[in-house]
Amino acid sequence: MISLKVNGKNYEVDASPDMPLLWALRENLELTGTKFGCGMAQCGACTVHMDGNAVRSCVTPLSRAAGKNIITIEGLNDDIAQRLRDAWTAEEVPQCGYCQSGQIMAAAVLLREKPHPTDEDIDYGMAGNICRCGTYQRIRKAIHRAAKASTP
Amino acid sequence: MNDNTTVNRRKFLQTGALAGGGLLLSFYMPALGKGLKRVPPAPATCAPNAFIRINADNSIKILCGHSEMGQGTYTAMSQLIADEMDADWSKIVVEAAPAHQDYFNPGFGMQLTGGSASAYSEWERLRKVGASARAIMIEAAAKKWNVPAAGCTAKDGFVLHSSGKKISYGDLVEAAQGITPPTDVKLKDPKDFKYIGKPVKRLDTKEKTNGEGIFGMDVKIPGMLVAVIQRPPVFGGKVKSFNADKAKAVPGVQQVVQIDRGVAVVATGYWAAKQGREALEVEWEDGPLLDSVEQRKLYKEMANKPGSVALKEGDVSAVTGAAKALDVEYETPYLNHAQMEPLNCVADVRADGCDIYIGTQAQTIDQMVAAGITGLKPEQVKIHTMLLGGAFGRRAIMDGHIAAEAVQVSKAIAKPVKVMWSREDDVRGGYYRQFSHHKMIGSLGADGKPLSWLHRVVCQSFMIGTPMEQMAVKNGVDMIAVEGATELPYEVPNLQIEWHRGTEAVPTLWMRSVGHSYTAFAKECFIDELAFAAGKDPYQYRRSLMDKHPRLRNVLDVAAKKAGWGTALPAGRARGIAVHESFKSFIAQVAEVSVTATGKIKVHKVVCAIDCGPTINPDTIKAQMEGSVVFALTSAFYGDISFENGRVKQRNFHDYKIMRINEAPVVETHIIESTDTMGGVGEPGVPPTAPAVANAVFVLTKNRLRKMPFPADVRKTT
Ligand code: FES
Ligand code: FES
Repeated sequence: MISLKVNGKNYEVDASPDMPLLWALRENLELTGTKFGCGMAQCGACTVHMDGNAVRSCVTPLSRAAGKNIITIEGLNDDIAQRLRDAWTAEEVPQCGYCQSGQIMAAAVLLREKPHPTDEDIDYGMAGNICRCGTYQRIRKAIHRAAKASTP
Repeated sequence: MNDNTTVNRRKFLQTGALAGGGLLLSFYMPALGKGLKRVPPAPATCAPNAFIRINADNSIKILCGHSEMGQGTYTAMSQLIADEMDADWSKIVVEAAPAHQDYFNPGFGMQLTGGSASAYSEWERLRKVGASARAIMIEAAAKKWNVPAAGCTAKDGFVLHSSGKKISYGDLVEAAQGITPPTDVKLKDPKDFKYIGKPVKRLDTKEKTNGEGIFGMDVKIPGMLVAVIQRPPVFGGKVKSFNADKAKAVPGVQQVVQIDRGVAVVATGYWAAKQGREALEVEWEDGPLLDSVEQRKLYKEMANKPGSVALKEGDVSAVTGAAKALDVEYETPYLNHAQMEPLNCVADVRADGCDIYIGTQAQTIDQMVAAGITGLKPEQVKIHTMLLGGAFGRRAIMDGHIAAEAVQVSKAIAKPVKVMWSREDDVRGGYYRQFSHHKMIGSLGADGKPLSWLHRVVCQSFMIGTPMEQMAVKNGVDMIAVEGATELPYEVPNLQIEWHRGTEAVPTLWMRSVGHSYTAFAKECFIDELAFAAGKDPYQYRRSLMDKHPRLRNVLDVAAKKAGWGTALPAGRARGIAVHESFKSFIAQVAEVSVTATGKIKVHKVVCAIDCGPTINPDTIKAQMEGSVVFALTSAFYGDISFENGRVKQRNFHDYKIMRINEAPVVETHIIESTDTMGGVGEPGVPPTAPAVANAVFVLTKNRLRKMPFPADVRKTT
């Protein structure tokens, strides 16, 4: 049994310690908002927060995730998340939507670290997240919009 | 159809978490056939037709027969209905329709989302569907009030009477029972449209930003196991024998079964199944061992010989007095669709029926294929269309193999199963956009105008040998394979388009913009070559040859104007232009490009002009243009599936690269206001991008990029 703390709740998961966190989230905890895209840290679809950092859950073994504070898209509910969702809606970012949980998880960390990111900051912070539908231009706009919406 | 079986998943999860005291092993039923979170079940419903459910709580559910794969069809189709229905947009919810002939695409005779055809093929039908529901609401109100229907009108989900009376559609649900839908309805004058042609907000954004949207990959049904399949490493290969002992020793692995397309390792979850597969021992009988270097040589040789004639005007071989002649070759590789969600399918085969949960573009085919495997009647096979995490054609397959695998595994183990593809399975799974080789021979008269144009295409056909062969093949030519080449918009007195059928070593398939994805590259680069050979401006040169194509010429003008064609650019930048008609839409693009010190292309901006006739949602059209440009640039810069010893060399996103945000250009879209014939928007934005960029690179480097993907250093020719 591995103890996981996800979105503020504690779980005991019966799985091998080398199993990636992604599968515990999706299959054991049924938190399917975190997506599988590549399984090798290339696409960012599986991005979650672990102790405040954006990590690729597809290559994070349960042994490393145990006891950490894990937040998934379902539990991302702070002010930054709200601003991001509002901006994503205003800019009509999602197309198929499959990458968007990961995009928002990555953007949330970016905004926490750089409340007013430049285009270069966005390139740097978001280049790990592939969007095959090509929503990049809108992601960029939405991040700027979310940044502007912050109350100083 | 059962609309009320939904269990609120979040709530169920919370309950499950509490009841389980932490360890959560409970299953949930995904909403049947659903794509979207819906309102709680309403007490009464009025079903005026297959597409609309009016509920007593005033919500209106639209059942969409077209699959939502990002292109915005759920929203666009709902706009058509809601507008003519005079519904309140905020009350609209949409979900996937079941597989049923009521939802057949009027253009295809089956339920299939593709060919960028949803909007124009439903333009009439769904507006009529909405108008008919509106008429029923009016008649119901008139009946209830005991007044003539002529004195009633409808607005924003209410019926209004000249006396001032007002009643909501939801309150008319009972009165509407038994009213026969009118067959002859009057459609709105376009000037009265309230939602059509407006940038109405997408209906699926919320669930796509909070993790609640259910894609095929996310489905879980009671008792479901997970399988991965070991498929042959070489296309056409077969299982000779296998030993499952080691696979079965992996914890969680339950069964190993052979199916038509390989050996399935079935386990309690994906990780166990995948590890089981790694331990599985299979001996293969290989198919033909394709080698990309050899294939290139072969195609090149074929391109030097006359092919089957797809189109002939004048006589290209009888041209005399040409001032200049060009003879060049273009090439494009096999491409993987690489939709973001790896392929998957859940199947539950039972003696009395079969349920399939899948993000599919082709419900009817999946249903028929499953019926064939199980021996059930097609109507016993229920297709639950989930959200599609991208598709680009990969989920519209004539052999239905994605569903077939899951159905075969479920049948073999007598349990529900989800077959999942890893990214590697997906990249190496075939059904690629074809490898193509192009011979282009052209000549110019003394005035610089083209005298002759020969375009010879060598590529595979994915139509021959399928039920669509008859439709696609004319005089021995697969017209889909040469589409785009055969509709040359430039005036050339002697024109010939030919085709050679390439080696059939690899399963191929349509991919976003299909034949146009490669023919437009050759055609739009070659016309550019002719323009420069004639010493003319490439925009003006094209324009002077397009008298018979006013819509196409107009988008060319608009794109050139909006991009500032001919005006100065910062040092080191250049513009390239391309124009192409596909899927009944007309698009021109101007790319603004520079080349870095290391020879890497940087696309700064793409200005796009589109004429697709009447528009349903301009914001969706813009989104499709933006996405198409990025899709096309991925192909131009990176896309390449190649073979060595019969094996696909690429595996995952590290060696099958996809464009990322730091490389994505700004896309500026201009939509032409038009009442002309309607066209599609999901695909036609793709074809002009690569040639526009290549043409700009030529201006900067004097190198013609005639092969995709473009070289990493474009200062060097390939
Ligand atoms: S699935 Fe983890 S980075 Fe792609
Ligand atoms: S929205 Fe489809 S992959 Fe990003």
